Amino acid sequence: MKTAINRRIHAPRLSALSFRMLRYKRWLEGYIMVMPFLLLFAVFVVIPVIWGLVLSVTHYNIVQPMRFAGLSNYAELITNDDLFLTAFRNTVKFAIIAGPVGFMSSFLFAWVINQLKFRNLFSLAFYAPSIVSGTAMSVIWLYLFSSDRYGMVNNLLLRLGFIRDPLLWTMDPQLIMPLIILITLWMSLGTGFLTNLAGLSNVNLELYEAGAIDGIRNKFQELWYITYPQLKPQLLFNAIMSTVASLNVYEIAVSVAGFPSPDYSAHTIVAHMYDYGFIRFELGYASSIAFLLFLMTFLLGRLFMKLFSSKDEI
Amino acid sequence: MTGRKKLKISWGWFYTYFFMILLVIFTALPIVYMTATSLKPLDELFLYPPRYLVRRPTLKNFAELMTTLDSQVVPFTRYLFNSIFTTAATVAGTVAVCCLGAYAVEKVRMPGNKLIFNLVVAGLMFSPPAAQIPIYMAVSKLGMINSYWSLIIPGMAAPMYFFLVKQFAAQIPDSMIESARIDGAGEFRIFASIAMPMLKSVWSTVIVFSFIANWNNSSGSIIYITNQSMKTLPYALSTISDGGIARAGAAAAAAVLTTFPTIIVYLLMQARVLNTMAYAGIKG
Repeated sequence: MKTAINRRIHAPRLSALSFRMLRYKRWLEGYIMVMPFLLLFAVFVVIPVIWGLVLSVTHYNIVQPMRFAGLSNYAELITNDDLFLTAFRNTVKFAIIAGPVGFMSSFLFAWVINQLKFRNLFSLAFYAPSIVSGTAMSVIWLYLFSSDRYGMVNNLLLRLGFIRDPLLWTMDPQLIMPLIILITLWMSLGTGFLTNLAGLSNVNLELYEAGAIDGIRNKFQELWYITYPQLKPQLLFNAIMSTVASLNVYEIAVSVAGFPSPDYSAHTIVAHMYDYGFIRFELGYASSIAFLLFLMTFLLGRLFMKLFSSKDEI
Repeated sequence: MTGRKKLKISWGWFYTYFFMILLVIFTALPIVYMTATSLKPLDELFLYPPRYLVRRPTLKNFAELMTTLDSQVVPFTRYLFNSIFTTAATVAGTVAVCCLGAYAVEKVRMPGNKLIFNLVVAGLMFSPPAAQIPIYMAVSKLGMINSYWSLIIPGMAAPMYFFLVKQFAAQIPDSMIESARIDGAGEFRIFASIAMPMLKSVWSTVIVFSFIANWNNSSGSIIYITNQSMKTLPYALSTISDGGIARAGAAAAAAVLTTFPTIIVYLLMQARVLNTMAYAGIKG
């Protein structure tokens, strides 16, 4: 409304027709601007998801022509593929610990650091692990947790007398998953931490003063009644990001435990999919794994959207 | 914020600082160890008991990385070039594509812009590894296998960056853009001369994130590239570290060379990144 009035003041002689033409020209420019992104988004995101769904109801191995398979891939996957169940269990085990712990500690650390002096220095120190390359760091982790006496961690534990023989960190099925979780937590405070820190520095300080008048006594009440609701949009963003990251765990698992891992103790859903897709070339079957994973991620994402919804708030 | 940041001296704060500094030391351990190892001479690498820090630092490992490995089929410097080239191209493309598109959706507001944005938000839940097979088919259909394009183009379609720019662009006042329109500026002019300067923090952030993601990405050159001379640094790193403890020094040196550019890029942009991430929330 306001813009229309402005226009009339400045350009009184524009007729209704040329006015509309101008708007169409603007929209056209808008479409041209968004076109490159949309094209890329369509080709590398939307079409792959749809194409993956199509593939998942076929038998396809590149060499032979595609055959329609109905839901048999899914049926096979859920009822008959023990290794998939192992992969599923491992992934869930990983996600249930690494996801929430990472999510909460990225919030907690951001909350504490935001109140400290040298805030930027602390945040660099906490963010640095997330920017270094996973491949580069896995080299270092493998030396630190090397399974012989030369391993830094084994050496330390031996000298302190906690253990008598070196622990087989990357070979013992019992120890592999905890090690992967530890490394992931170390590496993944990342984006979540930054989002929280930035969000915290934007919380209106008057809210805290108002809260003090309304009877908020300590830091933890402040956190729960003021900071948390203010930070919901950031938390939602983080929850979605960490869901996606933890359900898709693969790279770290493989670089720590190898592929296939001892006793399949680090076999994850994505690892299972890569096995069928890029080693056995059963693309239909691999796609059904991928689609189940996508579905899980999407449903959890919707759940978090409900959980951290801030639509009804100011 | 200034009032809250005063150093409060009480036991509670003392413990907090103490605890946080311990944590910082703990998180820094692997990075320090990596740097120390890269500076260790050969005899210190084989030392038993192993030492955490280096006693007689030397740059030999870096020299070995550049010279000895240089005599192999593909020199280390070639991997370095591949990484720098493909990362720079991807980052430039990502920034251009995401900023243009997000500006249009947020400020030009042509019909359908809400739909586009909702698609992008749904796209945040999309993970490229999970769709690797159909993405591979798309890359192959486009004839990009074994070319640098396969390392550049797919990385540009990242919903997260589009999302960040769009959220940040919401704070550009409409009145500024309106008045430029009245003065007869087209959308591309407005984008280049008004929007881009105001979006500086957010595109700096996109540069940082996209640089880190692509620089560290190893799957692209494993999946799309069979030609050794076109593979990138993370791939080279994994082949060096397969050489066992004799290569430990060279591997650590390569890890340092891979890691430090990302930290430097982040350091240069830290303030702008923090400024952007404040707008990253989803009001879902």
